[in-house]
Amino acid sequence: MTAAPIKVLVIDDEPPIRKLLRMGLSTQGYEVLEASNGKIALELLIQNPALIILDLGLPDIQGHELLRMIRGRNDSVPIVVLSSRGDEAGKVQALDLGADDYLTKPFGMDELLARMRAALRHQLQVHGERPVFRSGDLSVDLVRRIVKVGDKDIKLSPKEYELLRVLVQHAGKVLTHRFLLKELWDELTDAQYLRVYVRQLRQKIEADPERPQFVLTETGIGYRLRAADEIAKAALPPEI
Amino acid sequence: MANQRRDLEKRPSPDALLEAARRENDHAGRLKIFVGAAPGVGKTYEMLQSAHAKLKAGVDVVVGVVETHGRAETEALLQGLEVLPRKRIVYKDQSIEEMDLDALIARRPKIALVDELAHTNVSGSRHPKRYLDVEELLSRGIDVYTAVNIQHIESLNDVVAQITHVRVRETVPDSVFDRADAIELIDLTPDDLIQRLKEGKVYVPKQAERALEHYFSPGNLTALRELALRRTAERVDEQLLTHMQANAIAGPWAAGERILVCLSEDPRAAGLVRYTKRLADRLHAPWTAISIETRRSLQLTDEQRDRLADTLRLAEALGGEAITIPGVGRRIADDVIHFAQANNVTQIIIGKSTRSWWFETRRGSVVHDLVRRAGNISVNVIAGEELAAEPVPRKTVRTAERTEPFDPKPSLMALLIVAIGLGVGELIQPIFGIENVDLVFLTAVVVVAVRYGLWPSLLASVAASLCYNFFFLPPVYTFTITDPTNIAAFFFFMLIAILVSNVAARVRTQADSAIGRVRTTESLYAFSRKLAGTATLDDVLWATAYQTALMLKVRVVLLLPEDGILTVKAGYPPEDELDKADLAAANWAWGNDRSAGRGSDTLPGAKRLFLPMRTGRGAIGVIGIDDDKTGPLLTPDQRRLLDALMDQGALAIERVLLVEDMDRVKRTAESDRLRSALLTSISHDLKTPLASVLGAASTMRDLASGLTDTEKHDLLATVIDESERLNRFIANLLDMTKLESGAIVPNTARHDVSEIVGSVLRRASKILGHHQVSLELAADLPMLELDAVLFEQVLFNLLDNAAKYAPPDTTISIRSLRDRDWIALQVIDEGDGIPPAELETIFDKFYRAQKGDHVRPGTGLGLAISRGFVEAMHGTISATNRIDRRGAVLTIRLPIPAESEALDTAA
Repeated sequence: MTAAPIKVLVIDDEPPIRKLLRMGLSTQGYEVLEASNGKIALELLIQNPALIILDLGLPDIQGHELLRMIRGRNDSVPIVVLSSRGDEAGKVQALDLGADDYLTKPFGMDELLARMRAALRHQLQVHGERPVFRSGDLSVDLVRRIVKVGDKDIKLSPKEYELLRVLVQHAGKVLTHRFLLKELWDELTDAQYLRVYVRQLRQKIEADPERPQFVLTETGIGYRLRAADEIAKAALPPEI
Repeated sequence: MANQRRDLEKRPSPDALLEAARRENDHAGRLKIFVGAAPGVGKTYEMLQSAHAKLKAGVDVVVGVVETHGRAETEALLQGLEVLPRKRIVYKDQSIEEMDLDALIARRPKIALVDELAHTNVSGSRHPKRYLDVEELLSRGIDVYTAVNIQHIESLNDVVAQITHVRVRETVPDSVFDRADAIELIDLTPDDLIQRLKEGKVYVPKQAERALEHYFSPGNLTALRELALRRTAERVDEQLLTHMQANAIAGPWAAGERILVCLSEDPRAAGLVRYTKRLADRLHAPWTAISIETRRSLQLTDEQRDRLADTLRLAEALGGEAITIPGVGRRIADDVIHFAQANNVTQIIIGKSTRSWWFETRRGSVVHDLVRRAGNISVNVIAGEELAAEPVPRKTVRTAERTEPFDPKPSLMALLIVAIGLGVGELIQPIFGIENVDLVFLTAVVVVAVRYGLWPSLLASVAASLCYNFFFLPPVYTFTITDPTNIAAFFFFMLIAILVSNVAARVRTQADSAIGRVRTTESLYAFSRKLAGTATLDDVLWATAYQTALMLKVRVVLLLPEDGILTVKAGYPPEDELDKADLAAANWAWGNDRSAGRGSDTLPGAKRLFLPMRTGRGAIGVIGIDDDKTGPLLTPDQRRLLDALMDQGALAIERVLLVEDMDRVKRTAESDRLRSALLTSISHDLKTPLASVLGAASTMRDLASGLTDTEKHDLLATVIDESERLNRFIANLLDMTKLESGAIVPNTARHDVSEIVGSVLRRASKILGHHQVSLELAADLPMLELDAVLFEQVLFNLLDNAAKYAPPDTTISIRSLRDRDWIALQVIDEGDGIPPAELETIFDKFYRAQKGDHVRPGTGLGLAISRGFVEAMHGTISATNRIDRRGAVLTIRLPIPAESEALDTAA
């Protein structure tokens, strides 16, 4: 209770959306800064928000451009992007420009809060490295390079382990195909290779590889490792 | 029975009834012609008196143009009549006054007086002839009074020329005379007329005084008077006949006569046509003018060809049928007789030959052949002298049909071939002897004749003869021949060489002309096939323009009406704009359904000739043609070819237009149906969830105090669920719009289908909450070329659909099948299945909407979108029903990529 409230900057030109976010986030103890356009948003950056929610369709500055400008001034603040459905290319571009996550409008408040938590936790993780990652039955010891599902040791090939390690390091965050390829091979490698390794990895760590619980596909965008607290939620929010 | 037959016989003839109906109901004006035998009989005077009588009766009469020639009596009659001012037209620095046709049309009197029907308008007027002005007035519903002398009637032109020795250049077609509703003959005895002439009451141009003195001789005037009386009587006869036929009065009229007139390029053929017209009119017989195309026709000069074309056109203008047929028999007479028999001709008219005895002995006389073979067909041979009127230019023998620049190559080749013959002759002479050398030369001559035609072969004949003489006949190396046997041999050789070259060259010409005809026929056939294969209007127009340009060697433009305005639609070479004169001619041709422009009767100043393109249903457009040459644009053959091309083109254009019309009607109906389905669907699918949201939210706001926590929670759940439903529907609408606007471009790559299935199951977990999902995917599914986002949406829609139609707690299966080069992915439910008749229509847009509102909402677009997406990825989607139990099976089939590279997974 003594800790100062976490500041969240909401950048959206629609007053009803801002109002909704203000109300929803306040109940969760966040302090909400509101910007109705890019110019105000850039001014509010001085107040050092802990997280930014950015709508890509703004009246004055093009969303991706604003994202680039924000990253230019602050390269660590988590940014969750709001966009419309069907704009997979726009989402990928935003992620590649440094956004941490995206959410498709319309969205549910619980979904947004989950994404915000993941983004904030990820930031903390970067600062304070946790040697063992746990999510449900899955545990990954990054120091000793041991992967377990339940009590069972999983034997991974070097590339499979590398893939899992990158996913674990960014657990909860959507990683684009391009990002993963760059980490594992190089940018020019065909995404097919990635799909093959994801399939193999799933066959080794997932209980039912056809309905994966850990390595999730974000169709048209990339992959995401489900973070620990998402597993707890039995009823998964649908994405539409 | 007997009664019936009598009824039949007494039934009015349909043609006669039509004619009567035309006269009575036609909105066209009525034509009254005042006919006189010669100038000065008082036609204009009589016409003006009639006009005064009408004026007194209260009829609106206006004088369009009247020539008083300064006669006081006539001028006095103009008093009290409204006279339209004439229009001044400047032509070659001269100001000439003409009737102001436009002003007259604008004035719209009941009756217009237009004197001098045969008058030729000054160049630059709308029509070259005044009778065409009159026809336009009539077609616009204005009655016309006009006057004409009998010598101006086209078919009497020759006769009058023979009587008076003065040929009248200005003629009026018989058809104008025949269509007159009333004819008044102004009769004056020759003596009275001569008396009037002496009194100076007849206008005589100064320069024609001497000629007219001869013209107005008592004999001439008597003959002209008789002609006028007889022609008028014939005209009255026709009226009587029409009346009798229309009223079914049995009468003795000739039937079954058919006349055929044989035409050649001879300048007297025009007279022959006029003679035939008169004969046919007297006999009330249909008539045909025929021209036989033989090898000789190919050798005609351009002038002769044009004259033949003119003559054939004259026959058409006089109401006959004009036909050119290729000569296939050995004699022209055979072709004529064959045609005559095939067409039930009873009389053949032919001009007496003026050919020399020598010519007829060699070529045979067509007249003799005809008379000998005609059988029961009468042959009328018309004496040439009676017809001769225009000077006959001596015919020159020409080999080429067109004046082409002299090409020395055939002659050089002829000499070369003879030289080769000489070489061969020298070689074989020692072995076979001199007797066989002439055969070598003959071979050379035949080769030249077959390859290069008549003149080179004659040259070769001469050259071969000289070589034969010089090199082989002793004494060699001189042109003298000593041995009498050799003299005979030499002359026979020369004779045979010339004969052979003649025969061979004729064979070649005939073959050429046959090939030409075959080519024309083939081109026409190919054209019709090409047209049959074209579906769009542009293609048809272009093909027509191109083919016409190609076959007639002219420039072509095609105009079609567009929103009521005639617009250039195609051209070869491409042409977008016409100048004003051309556009006026095109519009006139279109408006009057007759040819206009260059070489025609109307607006001849235009650059192009415009012809209406007709089909059985009327004119559909206008074709305009021109070329770089001057003079007549088309020979009769070309004209006929153009007709054939135009007919085919017009039919094809009409076909395409009809199809477009039908398509438009169908599309309109379809889009009307869709629009109402869309409205039904939208009002249902948008309003239902909105109503729920609005209802739940307002209940929460207004009645919160009376609600339990569970009820509040339920209401909120309703708001969320219904909002999500609304969101799905809007997403579908957007997808459909994108599909229809072509904005969906699949971003395909190799994908693992099972991965996408897993992803869609996660996304659809909420809508599948009440069903079990069973996955039966083969472990070795190859990667497929697809757009993951689109494919996921397809699967989502299919699962959404299955969840809606299958009852809760049943199983929905997703199964993969491999079928040779295809992978099939099936979504199988345990619902009621799909009615067999609707297995295909469920993929139609708003399919559900057509069935009313009782089914669950939101399915109107899902399957249509799925089909659109799958097809964009080169796959197919289909619906069937389960065989083992009730339930629907929706199958997506996608091709396995040609080379599914095996990835090195061990890397």
